[in-house]
Amino acid sequence: MAYVAVKGGERAIDAAHAWLATERRGDPAVPQIELNQIREQLGRAIDRVMAEGSLYDRDLAALAIKQAQGDLIEAAFLLRAFRTTLPRFASSTPLDTAAMRISRRISAVFKDMPGGQVLGPTYDYTHRLLDFTLAAGIEPSPALREAAETVRAPRIHDILGQEGLIEPDAPSDAEPFDITREPLAFPAARDARLQSLARGDEGFLLAMGYSTQRGWGGTHPFVGEIRMGATAVEITPPELGFPIEIGEITLTECQMVNQFKGSRTVPPQFTRGYGLVFGHADRRAMSMALVDRALRAGELGEEATAPAQIPEFVISHCDNIEATGFVEHLKLPHYVDFQSELETIRRMRRDAANASQDCDVQEAAE
Amino acid sequence: MNGYNFAYLDEQTKRMIRRALLKAVAIPGHQIPFGSREMPLPYGWGTGGIQVTAAVLGPQDVLKVIDQGADDTTNAVSIRRFFARTAGIATTTHTSDATIIQTRHRIPEQGLREGQILVYQVPMPEPLAKLEPSRAETTRMHGLAEYGLMHVKLYEDITRYGHVSISYDYPVMVAERYLMSPSPIPAYDNPKLHRNPALQLFGAGREKRLYAIPPYTAVRSLDFDDHPFRTTRAPQHCDLCGDDASYLDEVVTDNQGGRMFVCSDTDHCESRRAKQEQPA
Amino acid sequence: MTDDRMLSASGLNLRFGTVPALVDVAAELWPGEVLAIVGESGSGKTTLLNVLSGHMAPQSGQVLYRAPDGTEADVHAMSAPMLRALHRSDWGFVHQNPRDALRMGVSAGGNVGERLMAQGSRHYGDIREAAIAWLAEVEIDADRVDDLPRTFSGGMLQRLQIARTLVTHPRLVFMDEPTGGLDVSVQARLLDLIRGLVARLGIAVVLVTHDLAVARLLAHRVMVMQRGEVVETGLTDQVLDDPQHPYTQLLVASVLAA
Repeated sequence: MAYVAVKGGERAIDAAHAWLATERRGDPAVPQIELNQIREQLGRAIDRVMAEGSLYDRDLAALAIKQAQGDLIEAAFLLRAFRTTLPRFASSTPLDTAAMRISRRISAVFKDMPGGQVLGPTYDYTHRLLDFTLAAGIEPSPALREAAETVRAPRIHDILGQEGLIEPDAPSDAEPFDITREPLAFPAARDARLQSLARGDEGFLLAMGYSTQRGWGGTHPFVGEIRMGATAVEITPPELGFPIEIGEITLTECQMVNQFKGSRTVPPQFTRGYGLVFGHADRRAMSMALVDRALRAGELGEEATAPAQIPEFVISHCDNIEATGFVEHLKLPHYVDFQSELETIRRMRRDAANASQDCDVQEAAE
Repeated sequence: MNGYNFAYLDEQTKRMIRRALLKAVAIPGHQIPFGSREMPLPYGWGTGGIQVTAAVLGPQDVLKVIDQGADDTTNAVSIRRFFARTAGIATTTHTSDATIIQTRHRIPEQGLREGQILVYQVPMPEPLAKLEPSRAETTRMHGLAEYGLMHVKLYEDITRYGHVSISYDYPVMVAERYLMSPSPIPAYDNPKLHRNPALQLFGAGREKRLYAIPPYTAVRSLDFDDHPFRTTRAPQHCDLCGDDASYLDEVVTDNQGGRMFVCSDTDHCESRRAKQEQPA
Repeated sequence: MTDDRMLSASGLNLRFGTVPALVDVAAELWPGEVLAIVGESGSGKTTLLNVLSGHMAPQSGQVLYRAPDGTEADVHAMSAPMLRALHRSDWGFVHQNPRDALRMGVSAGGNVGERLMAQGSRHYGDIREAAIAWLAEVEIDADRVDDLPRTFSGGMLQRLQIARTLVTHPRLVFMDEPTGGLDVSVQARLLDLIRGLVARLGIAVVLVTHDLAVARLLAHRVMVMQRGEVVETGLTDQVLDDPQHPYTQLLVASVLAA
């Protein structure tokens, strides 16, 4: 066969992109999905993509999901790449989640407390039975929501803090580390770790959090509180010198209450695990809080040997954009290196064959 | 590409990368952390090399991009297009015409000259990573020039196989101070690192490190005095141009074990063939 | 009178919470001398070893080391690179559990040769020869040079660790219960080996042990510790044959009773 050098890489790529576009479109007889449909009716996918894309924009997330054909990691990647190009004009003042307009607020540590237990729009108590009325497109009845909208509730950790029962959250005026601007080095401080976890892969965080519950670095967690709702974002423009609200974002916050073993100078106190995520995402917020607390094992004087307790392990591998890039890069041509390996292994096999031949010759000669 | 800066990155980011590159050039072979940005290509697919190229690229530059030594492999095509779209600079497949060459896994066969820049795509910048997974620990080892772990690995190879078994990404000492990963180039290419007249820059986007070998810097592949470094290539010659000294790709031609060998460096091969076809 | 003490420590104090680990401890070591620190668990002997070797910082007090050229250095004021360099050349540390110090996935020869390679040796043949020679010194067969330590017995592992430590001819070696966890007969052989090597090479040793028999066999001088304090110190035979402090008397009496 006459050898024709492999050419046409450009043509191949263009053809691949064209095919991808038709695959994405699916059957042309079926109406195209519209972005507002994705935004309105696939809100949890939107929340996940915003969290892992690290960008709060429901419309852009919807576009990313459509462009990625529903592959949420691919969609998050699109948002991240877009985020890189955005100029920053301000940093917000720290968000005050105590002033959140609560849609959902539950606590596992108290039966009742000011603000009450508000279930909100949760899947928690649904029965996981496929609902064919959704297939039929039947509209739901209107829900009673008015009372919940006006709930304001102090944070459980502040309630525990009144008695000094929980380690204080040391307020600081220091500039937080920015993992999108500076490369992370280990040991990493808690602000850098929390930022990494906030954008970490939900599955990975879930598995790591789960592992701590099964004995791999247990932290004896209780859900102090999960709250979800609209939170005001404020900036302080230098021209004004006072904070103004520029909008609201939906956040889920989870405060875990964890056991501590006491200290020689400070009477025993509960310790904290913290999770904060975009959108309505209990699973992510809780996993993040479990992992946050596990990663503090070293600083709290505990044995830190389980995978979830090793910051270098957890933080280096929680970003699914990095992970999928590197895993999938194995698809790229590696034949030059493989050629070197082939030559090495062929030579070693020849050497081994010669060596045993020499032995045979020697034996025959004896 | 509307709304994007020349070569995609904003000027602040380019400045940040160039500052890191200056540090890298000042400390040959030492890994400099940098604030690697998310790029429109996936991590692991050359984002480090792309950021380095974007930071040093100017409107008058001529860019060559190769992967596995070839200009037409899909990822090289993709990256070359990226720069053509975002920077509008001239591109070329000829090594001698390029001012900047971005490469994955090969050094061009043709010797480079002063003024050229070779940008390597690096998946794993830490030469000790396979021996010590903790970056905190390897940072300490570099700081203290404690490279016993790598020497032990080479000793063990010789003990077990009779020779060092590393065939690519072969570790080197740069300026007799820093242990460096030359990226997964075949060991065959290592000698080209030594005292190269070109500036060699290395970018690892996902791991957020860059490093450099300034022109004419001493680069030594690790070995023992009685087991000196040696290179590996397929012993054949190129079936297209006849070269018996260039690095070859093995091409499977049929199901009966048929093989042919061709130069991995496509520009090198085509140039030789072009010369051969000229009337004497 | 010139002070040629190799190591001199004074006023060492260290507490872990309310627990006193070191209470105003002083110690000194001359070149070529073996000093044993004995006591039961909780006595502070291991803490003292760690403080003397620079691995743990005292809350007060100092440790001074005199280098071969006569210059004196404060061990805890040294930079980390200097301390690490010291541990790789003039100093050695033999751990109770050899697995803590050996590379279990590296051949015996590689383990012994590593310090040579770290110091710049670049001839494979020479390194291997040196490794084989040292394996012979610690009575390990030359044909084990390419074997992985995984296949070695506990006693062999400890001897391998000693070879790995001595290959760069350190002047001072810290030993933490070097025969702990080994069978009695294996211990005896190992102690004999250590005694011979140390005497022949003129190595100074700070040796921590709970076993008075080990102290008697190896040490010129002994320090007895109880709850962080040095209760008695002196020539080994004198202290063990004629203990003055009640705690020392108790220790000695328990050995005889066993």
